[in-house]
Parts: sequence; C-alpha cells; structure tokens
Amino acid sequence: MLVAIAIVRLRDLFAAAMLFAIYSLLSAALFVVLDAGDVALTEAAVGAGISTILVLAVLTLTERYEAPIKKSAHHDRWAMLVVGVTGALLIYATFDLPQFGSPTTPVQTHVGGHYIAQTYADMGIPNMVAAVLASYRSIDTLGEGFVILTAGLAVYALLSVRPKKYQGKHRDE
Amino acid sequence: MSTVLSFFNYWVVVVLMMIGFYVVIARGNMIKKVMGLTLFQTSVFFMFISAGKVAGGATPIVRAGVEVYSNPLPHVLILTAIVVGVATTAVALALAVRINESFGTIEDDTLQDALLEEPSDRPEDTA
Repeated sequence: MLVAIAIVRLRDLFAAAMLFAIYSLLSAALFVVLDAGDVALTEAAVGAGISTILVLAVLTLTERYEAPIKKSAHHDRWAMLVVGVTGALLIYATFDLPQFGSPTTPVQTHVGGHYIAQTYADMGIPNMVAAVLASYRSIDTLGEGFVILTAGLAVYALLSVRPKKYQGKHRDE
Repeated sequence: MSTVLSFFNYWVVVVLMMIGFYVVIARGNMIKKVMGLTLFQTSVFFMFISAGKVAGGATPIVRAGVEVYSNPLPHVLILTAIVVGVATTAVALALAVRINESFGTIEDDTLQDALLEEPSDRPEDTA
C-alpha cells in the first residue's frame, strides 16, 4: 500500500516503473501467504518482469518525466471526493462479505471440493491449479491464448503504421 | 476483534482499488494512468485469492499429510487474468506510443491543446 502511494506521488516515471516492479514482487509474496503458489509465480514473472520491461520500453520512446501538476486543486479535490465516496461505499459493502478464511463460504462449498477430491484420480498430476487450467478448462486456456494473440496483433498493427523508426522495438511475449 | 481482522484483507483491497481509481481520474500522464489501471486490477486479484483461502489450508498441490487445501479455482481464474492483463497493458502502452508519435505528447492536457490547434487536417509529428 505504501509503495502504491509512492508510485502515485512520483513524477519520475522511471522510478515509478521500478517501484511498480517492487510492488509486483510484494504482491507475489502476499499470494504465497494466501496459499496461491502458482499465482505468485505468474505475478513475479509477468508483473515484475514483462510489465516492467514493457513500461521501460515505452519510456525510451516517450517522455521520462511526467508534466508537473497544474495548480488546479479544484479538479483534484473532486477526484478525491469521488474516490472517497466510492471507497466508503465499498468498505460498507465488505461487511456483507463472508469472514476471511472460513471454510463454510459459498466459494468453498460449491464445486471447489469436487475438484480437490477428484483431480488426482482424474488427471494423475498433483498440482490442482495446473490440472484445472490445462485439462478441465483447457478450451478456456486456448481462448486466453487467442486473446494474447489478438493483443500481439494489435500492438504490431499500432506500431507498424510508421515503420521507419519504432517498429520491432516494442515487445513480443 | 476477530471481526476486524477478518475484514482487513477486504479493506486493503478497497484502499488499493481506490488508489488506482484516483490515479486514473486525477493524473494526466498516460503511462501513469496505465499503472493506475494495473493497481486497480491487482486489487481485484487480491480479492479473489482472499476468497479462495481457507484458514489452516495449504497450497492446492496433492501431497501426503495434508488434509485441508485452499480452493484452487480462484487461483486458476486469477492466473488467466494476470496474463490477459499484461496483454491489455501492452495494447494500452502501444496506443500511448502511437499517440506520442502523432502528437509528441502523452499528457492529456497538452494533447487536448494539440487537438484544438489543428482540428481539421491530420496532425504530423511535432516532437
């Protein structure tokens, strides 16, 4: 949270990009604490790795420093007000959520137990996350692949309009 | 007391989400806006992973001696969401680069000025 606030305050986008990598790493640690090892690996590789490289690549092509804030405090105050009200409403809504870690929530009592009980017998691999991702829901993962392909095509289409300078300097996962 | 602790995760989620929201509204720099969107997105990830956690549970990898596992389904969902999130971030950043090529700026205010100056014909590189 503190790192996030620092990201907002920094005008130097290069430093902000580095802080963002730290933020991703911290969230990966938090995912480990919350028993999500696979998600933590993905976040560390994708969030701290690829995203940082992407932002740095864009920074080399654009301005490193953000323009100083104009003293239009009015605008800022309204933004703060909207954010405050929305946040307060969301906090109020959290009181209707189930207790953290409780095994009797709808999340835990629906189909999750079935997967936990059946995965090893069905698939023969111990990692349930990988089994669900690549076997039970493999068509969804194929769809995800199409999304990434589309995104890659969009990036290519956007950056190849003016081929003389910038093409190919961006990325391809 | 236990109530306060049991809601702490959700509050962190809300605060992170509002920080991201604020950046998207109040900052004019497009790279900063993309960072704000990513913050917003990460807060949702925390929300889902928190929902899947069982007190005293373990990482959902089958092994001897472990009885209680956390729910693997939110993990799968968020894994997909992280990867798709990076793909969309890449598209957003590519748009920013393209705007910078055409208008020489990625700040909202100066971009608006540039658009007002030449509304009809296609603007060329001013950088």
